[in-house]
Amino acid sequence: MGFKRIYTRISNITKATCTLKAEGARYGELARINGMPAQVISVIGENVTLQVFAGTEGVSSESEVVFTGSQPLLNVSDLLAGRFLNGYGEPIDGGPELHGEARAIKGSAVNPIKRSKPSTLLATGIAGIDLNNTLVTGQKIPFFANADQPYNQVLAEVAMRAEADKIILGGMGLSNDDYLFFKNTFTNAGVLNKIVCFINTSENPPLERLLIPDMACTAAEYFANDKKQKVLVLLTDMTLYADALAIVANKMDQIPSKDSMPGSLYSDLASIYEKSVQFAHGGSITIIGVTTLSEGDITHAIPDNTGYITEGQLFLKQDTDIGKVIVDPFRSLSRLKQNVIAKKTREDHPQVMNALVRLYADAKDAKTKKENGFDLNEYDKRCLEFAKDYSRRLLAVDVNMSIDQMLDTGWELLQNYFKKFEVGIKEEIMNKYWNDDRTIKA
Amino acid sequence: MNTGKVTGVISNLIFIEAVAAVTQNEICFIHAENKKLMAEVIKVEGSKISAQLFEMSMTIKMGSQVDFTGKMLEIELGPGILSKKYDGLQNDLTKMSGLFIEIGQTSAALDSDIYYKFTPIGKAGETVKAGDWLGSVKENWIDHKIMVPFALKGTYIIESVVEEGDYLIHDIVAVLTSENGEKTEVSMVQKWAVKRTIDTYKQKIRPNKILQTGLRVIDTLNPIAEGGTGYIPGPFGTGKTVLQQAIAKNTKADVLINVACGERANEVVEIFTEFPKLTDPDTGRSLDEKTTIICNTSNMPVAAREASVYVGMTIAEYYRAMGLKVLILADSTSRWAQALREMSNRMEELPGQDAFPVELPAVIANFYSRAGTTQLNNDEWGSVTFIGTVSPAGGNFKEPVTESTGKVARCFYALSQKRADAKRYPAIDPMASYSKYLDYPEFVENADSNIQKGWVTQVKRCKDLIRNGLEARDQISILGDDAVPVDYHVLFWISEMIDFALIQQDSFDDLDMKTPLKRQQYMLNKLMDIGETEFHFDEFAEVATFFKQVINVLKQMNYSAFDSAQFKKHEKELNKLLQDNKEKTLIES
Repeated sequence: MGFKRIYTRISNITKATCTLKAEGARYGELARINGMPAQVISVIGENVTLQVFAGTEGVSSESEVVFTGSQPLLNVSDLLAGRFLNGYGEPIDGGPELHGEARAIKGSAVNPIKRSKPSTLLATGIAGIDLNNTLVTGQKIPFFANADQPYNQVLAEVAMRAEADKIILGGMGLSNDDYLFFKNTFTNAGVLNKIVCFINTSENPPLERLLIPDMACTAAEYFANDKKQKVLVLLTDMTLYADALAIVANKMDQIPSKDSMPGSLYSDLASIYEKSVQFAHGGSITIIGVTTLSEGDITHAIPDNTGYITEGQLFLKQDTDIGKVIVDPFRSLSRLKQNVIAKKTREDHPQVMNALVRLYADAKDAKTKKENGFDLNEYDKRCLEFAKDYSRRLLAVDVNMSIDQMLDTGWELLQNYFKKFEVGIKEEIMNKYWNDDRTIKA
Repeated sequence: MNTGKVTGVISNLIFIEAVAAVTQNEICFIHAENKKLMAEVIKVEGSKISAQLFEMSMTIKMGSQVDFTGKMLEIELGPGILSKKYDGLQNDLTKMSGLFIEIGQTSAALDSDIYYKFTPIGKAGETVKAGDWLGSVKENWIDHKIMVPFALKGTYIIESVVEEGDYLIHDIVAVLTSENGEKTEVSMVQKWAVKRTIDTYKQKIRPNKILQTGLRVIDTLNPIAEGGTGYIPGPFGTGKTVLQQAIAKNTKADVLINVACGERANEVVEIFTEFPKLTDPDTGRSLDEKTTIICNTSNMPVAAREASVYVGMTIAEYYRAMGLKVLILADSTSRWAQALREMSNRMEELPGQDAFPVELPAVIANFYSRAGTTQLNNDEWGSVTFIGTVSPAGGNFKEPVTESTGKVARCFYALSQKRADAKRYPAIDPMASYSKYLDYPEFVENADSNIQKGWVTQVKRCKDLIRNGLEARDQISILGDDAVPVDYHVLFWISEMIDFALIQQDSFDDLDMKTPLKRQQYMLNKLMDIGETEFHFDEFAEVATFFKQVINVLKQMNYSAFDSAQFKKHEKELNKLLQDNKEKTLIES
């Protein structure tokens, strides 16, 4: 390292950025203003603009700026396991300083040709996921949920049940209560040795959130590639991350695109989610995120761009008919399920899954009909009864069973409510699994 | 050589102070930590240059040296392009070492150490011009033509062509003499600037022949023509990518160019792993052998997204000039438009709608116009068919990229969220979608003689049945099941039958995923027979029961091999169902 470059003449200060004259600064370099971390986001001639993560409160035009000569770094080693860190990768758990190889947190892209096709099943026991939207290691998928839904609880539940060597939590704008919830869940489950947490709570400055996903992914890459482990990354809440991006763009006088979001939102989010990967050597990074919605609106720029990037989405919904939170089978999707269903699961999986969802759609139509004051025919009534049973026994997030059990339950539901020709399943599958001795309930 | 120095960096926008004159769109190389990083000039203000960097900019220092090349972004054209996996700048990804793509890493586009068997076509003494065939080499199973370089102007006399034999791509295979006696040596490789069209053909005609994609909702209802253009807009999760991959796998084309522009890496991985295992239905060869993949995934440098679509189109035009039928797919053109927006924004240009640059519609129109069926100088025919996906923000088709594309593309395949929610795949909305080729008289004529007399009329009648059915459905849902005549239910269920048996197709079933035109013809005629039959039902509930049985049998037929015993068995079942209803009608009347 060369000598430190120190400057004390700041010409311009906004709420998130400050500009000064300095030489030799590089785009993306980390600096410290009065000891507070900041990053170079523009260099034009001698004018260097920094985004100050903690906000510029207390920064004066004579504050001391030191350039570190490197991008933000994380010290990676096996010592990361069990640690709680902040957005700068510094301990917040009272434990010792981290040691290890210092790695830049926004690493290069994996050469697509060196990736493997993700095709290892990631079971969660939740039928709304395993049956209808089967997950695979190396996948990236968010929960889409309204603020009032228990998304962090479901996320924690999935993390605890999924088979993973390491779980890396990136918390952005977490409420202190949710932070403690995760901490307690991990502690009670006795899995502290396999977790790493990067935490920014709502009490911390919002711009510090910008570092969390990259920190989490850098740690994930260390374990997945260097150590060939199966890593699960949880990112909650990505909506608050995107909000922080918008603040910086705004202070940089950028022209906002849809919903006041920066025009680069797609690329910014993609650079994070695309860190999910299946390596040929067996290591993998699976990313499960949370994108909170405002009143279920998925056309907003944040969920919209997310949906185009991720390999599906899991939609949480309150089912008032059964009084439980379910994984909505209509809006939810796992794009990679085709890689495992009927290959790693039973042959009837795709057909049963589709038949159930199609009939659930018929029930939805019947419900609309009823609400509009029309008489229901016999088929409609059967559909409605089926829908409640399906929702309670399979869609609810509190279900925990094996995929074979889910399929058996599916056949049971089909036979309880429908006639053979109504289910529209391929003949050879019907012959094998449809039990002619059973009678229709209706 | 002209040089300059870096004076500023904002993300991938680089400011440069140049020593001498600089050309717009010129390529320059920026020195950074022992690497030379490629960038394209996008603005010139005196000696102040703005350039977009095709890399990450973290390693660039102020004052770094910049070398200007004087050339626009060029790619290498020659044997060996097929089966390659390129990045957006034609670097061969397979040749790159390391798990990660490091900043500034490059690799050769073609293989200079492979011998190709060259067979001469041109003879000494013949007069030729740019694009004329001098010889041919075997590339996989395709006859790859070695042509007079496209950049040559005027006419030339062939002085010599080498004899049949094995040659390396950089060996001289012909010598040409210009009108004023200058000699030009020709190898198997030439360079071409990607933003310019390869226009060495005699004429471009209106597309008139159906390009078979194996997808019923496209081929039967909204056919795309060879040399035509189409676009597929759809909200996320409506199956754009699955649909595009189905088109890629089943379309009858000689060459397939697949551009993955700003999309998911895992989707490209799927193509990498699947295509070598799939067989091309026409040739029986591996699908990989006729395919080139250009991939700039969403986490790769943003500026190279724009380059990737142009690289793909240039390669497509190159193979068209050999008299081949080329299909180029780009997923998704919205990501390219977004890359333009990011740059325009950093340049602080006044924005157009939704902050996109104002020239966006012109850029898109220009690009789509490069597709087409062309007659070459030797009267052979070649074509480039282009299908692009569009990812409209918020699923709303009233946004600049979708609207600009709609003005130039001739086929529109609208993916509907409602159909996707109901798992009715492919989720192409049969009513909103269209093919303008159905209105081309030359297309109608061609279908008359190659499919069956009156084919297009039959297709349009089918669309009417679907429309009638949807209108009946609306009436039923407004007035209630028993408040409308039973006929309305029949109309509705006929459209449901067409939906389930023709429009819906299981792209994960080996048989159902591709339907040859012959089989589509059978199915359309069958459905129209049923659709135009007089049925008799006493009450509305009977209608649903009857048609659900019909649909069930038709679906089983789609899952069976055409004309197999199983198929015939289901066909019999179907005829019996129809016969029973007919007899009942006769008895009751």
